[in-house]
Formats: sequence, C-alpha cells, structure tokens
Amino acid sequence: MHTIVCIKQVLDPEIPPAKFKIDPEGKKVIPPPGVPPVISVFDERAVEAACRLKDKHKGKITVISMGPGKVADVIKHAIAMGADDGFVLQDPAFENLDSFGTAYVLGKAIQKIGGYDLVLCGRYSADWNNGQVGSILAEILGISVVTSACDIEAVDKKLRVKRILKDGYEVLEAPMPSLITVSGEIGLPRLPAGMRLMIASKKQIPVWKAQDIGAEPSALDKANAHLEVTGLSVPARKTECEFVTGNTPGEAADNLALKLVKLM
Amino acid sequence: MANHKGVLVCGEIADGKLAPITIELLGVGRKLADELTEELCILLMGGKTGGLDKEAIAYGADQVYVAEDSLLDGYNSDAYTQVTANLCQEVLPSIMLLGHTDVGCDLAPRLNARLGGGLAMDCMGLSIDPATKVLVSTRPIFGGNAYATVLSKLARPQMATLRQKTVPPAERNDARQGQVIPVENKIDPSGLKVKVIDRIKEEVEGVKLEDAEVVVAGGRGIGSAQNFEMIRELARVLGGSVGATRPPCDEGWTPVMVQIGQSGKVVSPKLYIAVALSGAMSHIVGCLGSKVIVAINKDPEANIFSVAHLGIVADFKEVLPALTSKFKELLPTQK
Ligand SMILES: Cc1cc2nc3c(=O)[nH]c(=O)nc-3n(C[C@H](O)[C@H](O)[C@H](O)COP(=O)(O)OP(=O)(O)OC[C@H]3O[C@@H](n4cnc5c(N)ncnc54)[C@H](O)[C@@H]3O)c2cc1C
Repeated sequence: MHTIVCIKQVLDPEIPPAKFKIDPEGKKVIPPPGVPPVISVFDERAVEAACRLKDKHKGKITVISMGPGKVADVIKHAIAMGADDGFVLQDPAFENLDSFGTAYVLGKAIQKIGGYDLVLCGRYSADWNNGQVGSILAEILGISVVTSACDIEAVDKKLRVKRILKDGYEVLEAPMPSLITVSGEIGLPRLPAGMRLMIASKKQIPVWKAQDIGAEPSALDKANAHLEVTGLSVPARKTECEFVTGNTPGEAADNLALKLVKLM
Repeated sequence: MANHKGVLVCGEIADGKLAPITIELLGVGRKLADELTEELCILLMGGKTGGLDKEAIAYGADQVYVAEDSLLDGYNSDAYTQVTANLCQEVLPSIMLLGHTDVGCDLAPRLNARLGGGLAMDCMGLSIDPATKVLVSTRPIFGGNAYATVLSKLARPQMATLRQKTVPPAERNDARQGQVIPVENKIDPSGLKVKVIDRIKEEVEGVKLEDAEVVVAGGRGIGSAQNFEMIRELARVLGGSVGATRPPCDEGWTPVMVQIGQSGKVVSPKLYIAVALSGAMSHIVGCLGSKVIVAINKDPEANIFSVAHLGIVADFKEVLPALTSKFKELLPTQK
C-alpha cells in the first residue's frame, strides 16, 4: 500500500497569544523570533494515520510539502515518524498561493510520484484554516474524497473510514485510491525516536521546482485567482478579571461560590 | 460573472425541521440579497422535505428548490455534491451560503472544487462591499489569534460557510409569499463512489453540552482520568455539563465529544468554569460567548485570565473540593 501525505509547515500555534503579532499592511503574520515553525497539527495526525496503516499492511509512505524556507524539516519529522520518502516543493512561483493554487501544485507533484493507493491531508491547516485543499486536490486527481476522518482501515482493497460528527461518527466505505482528510480525533501522533531519528537526519530530501513537476505559470495564475485577503486584524480583548482570594485556596473557593450563586 | 445573480442558501434539515443554522443563514442571506436587490433562494434536500418549503419562505426565501430522493435521505457527500453542483450550474447564484457544520464543512469545499468559485470557511461575519458589491467575509485564522477579511473579485459563486450562532435567526412571517421549484434532475448513481455504511450517535451522559447553562471544563493540568472526576463532580452539583480542552480528549481522560474550541464544540452557557487550562485562542473561541467565565489556574500569567471575569490563582486540587462542597451547601435542591 502506497500512501502519499501532504503536510504543511506552520508558525507554532502554541505560542502564547500575547506573542502573536501581525503586519496589517502587508497582511502577514510576523513570526516571533526564535520560535521554530512546526508541522501543522492535523497534518501530523495524517502522517500518524499513514504510519498505522503501514504498521498493519506494510507498504510505503511518501510525504510532500510545499513552502518556503526550511520545509525539509517537517518532511524529516514525518520520516522520523515512519515515512519512507519525501519531496519539497519550492519555487518563487509557489509563494502566496490560495487553496486552488496550492492544490494545483500538490496535484502536479502527486501525478509525478504516481502509483498511490491513498492520499492524506490534514482537515485544515493550523495557520490559515482554509479547509479546502484536500477536496480540491481530490477533484484535480479525479478520486473520491472523505473529510474529517477519525479512523482509517484498509479492507479488501477498500477503505473503511470513520468520519467524525458533532454527536458521533459515520462509517463510510471508499474505493482505492481516495483522498482522506484527517481530523484530530484520530489520536496522538507517535514521537520520533531512536533509529528513525538517525535515518531522517541522514535522508536527502529532493527539492522540486515548478518545471520539475510541470506546473505551468499561466495555470498557476489562473488557479490562484479565487480568493484574496484584504485585511488582517488582531481582536481586542478587554475583560478585567477579578481575582477572588482568601486565607487559603479553600477559603477563596468558598468566596467564589458565594459570588457565583448570586449570578445563578 | 455578470450572469451570476442572487443568494442561494444550502439548507439543512434536522429532526424534520429546518436546522437552526439554516434559519440564521436565511436571516443573513435576506440582508445580503436586499443590499444587492437580488433574490434569496434556498435548496432543501432530503428523502422527504414535507412542508419545510413553506417554512423557508416564511423565514425569508423568495424561491425554494426542493430535491427529494431516497438517496438524499441523510447526508451522502457524493449525492449532495452532485445535486447542489448541478443546481448551481443551472441557477448561477452570485453568493452561496452554507453552515459551518458537519455537512457544510464537507460539502462546501467539494462544491467549490467543482464550481471554481471563491470559498471562505468558518466565517463570523458576512457583508456586501458598498462600492464593488462583492461579498466580504470575516474569518478567524491562526486559531482565533487574528481575523482576516477575504473576498473574491472574479470567481463565482462567492461562497462562505457561517459559524453557528454568530448571527441572529431570521424572523418568521407566515404571510410572506414565495415560489417552490422541484429539482427535476435525477441523481446519477455512477457518481456515488463512497458508501455510507452506518451512522453512530455517541451520547454523552448528562445535559447536552451545547444546551447547558453551566459548563465545567478541564485542561491538561488536571493530569489524569481520575482527577477529571473532580470536574465531573462539580458539573453534577451545578446541573451542568463537562467540557475539556484538547489534551484531556487526546489522553482519553474524557470522550472526544466534549472538546470545546475551534476544532470542537462552541458553547455559550451562563457560566463557564475553566480549570487548569491555559486559554489557548483555539480553545477560547469555543467559549467566548459565555456570560461569565471563571478561571482556576495556578499560573497568574495564564492567558485564560485575560478573558475571565472571575479567577482564582491556585492549585485546582485545593480549590475544587471546597468549591464543590460549598455549592452543595448553597444549592440544596441539586444533589
Ligand atoms: C488547528 C488547531 C485546532 C485546535 N483546536 C482546539 C480545540 O478545539 N480545543 C482546544 O482546547 N484546543 C485546541 N487546540 C489546541 C490548543 O492550541 C492548545 O494546545 C490546548 O487548548 C491546550 O490545552 P490546555 O490549556 O488544557 O493545556 P496547556 O496549555 O498545557 O495548559 C495547562 C494549564 O494548566 C495549568 N495547570 C497545571 N497544573 C495545574 C494545577 N495543579 N492547578 C491549576 N492549574 C494547573 C497550567 O498553569 C496551564 O495554564 C487546537 C490547536 C490547533 C493548532
């Protein structure tokens, strides 16, 4: 079984909100100095889902990541988790793409890799939260799509997918190949350790440019004309917190209860 | 693009009624349509949609497209995408609105992939730019740390999924007139590739989280499934529901269904008690609508105190037992 996982490198979403800064003019987020970017949370869980399938059925995992700078780091992270191969998609023409543009580039790379049974993406990215690359990519590749999976099994050349719902889940059966977007409820990703860390650090990660995957500049422009960001702001919060105290934490708790019952 | 006109709402039916989000979408859709002096339409899909067309008109729709087919009984991604995409290609709406729900989160991107429009997901505000008449959507990004406004200059339809409870529901007026149009196109079964095998409801004991007047939420700092019992006990005494941040769900201290936040549930109780959770924006966006937020955290610098109205800085293990027994004393009717 060959699974291709699309992963994105993002600003660490766990930085404290006070450190979060934007450039409203440039409509960009300013990464705080010294905080390394990370693999987007649901993408990491997509790698985990791929690893679980590989644990069971053997086969191969290929990861691809489009982005500027050191995206090879997230690919190495995925390899340390259990992926076999990875490719970086990097080209000035790939910068500031919208969801259609991104899906176009990923689609070109996946077509070049070929021979896959399953494509996995995160349900949405931790930064721009657009939540649509997977569905557009499936349309480009001409394969079925299932979104927000919390469990994936391969049975008799078919995929059994649980799709998380607000009050439960659906069980779906999808053909191979399909594209599945993975949700957080699939569970915690494994920690890279031991030999795998060594393998990942030694691995050469090829970089593919637009011409390597046959991405046409004109098609990229067209793919990228769907949605435009016109403004960026940080919400103002101005709640005054009243701290309830007492001689002991227990006494503070009593005082809090007395205040709250008045509100109820 | 000039051919694209009107606002089309993709309706959702829940328990034989228009879902609350659909009534909210009709409200905001009506406003947008009026600003454009164009029409508001809605698509209703189901096995049977009995009588809901009239209701949609009462809530503001000028036209109701009704697609009835046994294949549409319950959400089926391939079937719903097919029917909706076909209708959009025929009706050519300028704006298409869906709920940011289990259905909308799946259907909207698939639809947009087919139609090639411009889609903004998880919107909290929708308006028309007075000069250019395009749809302007406001949406949280970076887990709610920032808001972006986005628009689509050329691509049509302009699509958005709206987060629940961010706009007031439409007002009902049974005197309103409208037109009901059956959707005649039959579903092409060869396009149905993904089968729905089963749909499982997972009930969480006690009051439904979204309807609860009191929510007690625990975070990573609770430390174990056993300690989480203290959260449950306080919730029980207050007649409320249990919530959690993501780590307790990941660790299995509580069912995943009770996660609150951007990738979980959105609640707006009268009282939200946040215990041993730091207040990451992606959590807070799920509880900001609460009337009173109380935080219990041992770290005075924790971000949760920047949104809380009342707080105690202390170890929760020393606070919760006292708090619970004081409530037991003060609220004698509830055991
Ligand atoms: C795309 C995306 C979506 C996400 N969606 C969600 C979501 O829907 N919901 C969600 O919750 N998170 C979500 N997250 C994760 C979120 O960013 C945070 O990681 C998470 O909310 C942190 O949970 P926490 O506050 O419980 O843990 P921490 O941030 O680790 O905080 C633990 C807190 O407990 C306090 N504490 C520890 N011990 C004690 C004690 N004994 N007494 C008192 N206080 C104590 C500490 O001071 C600390 O403030 C999402 C993240 C991403 C990137």
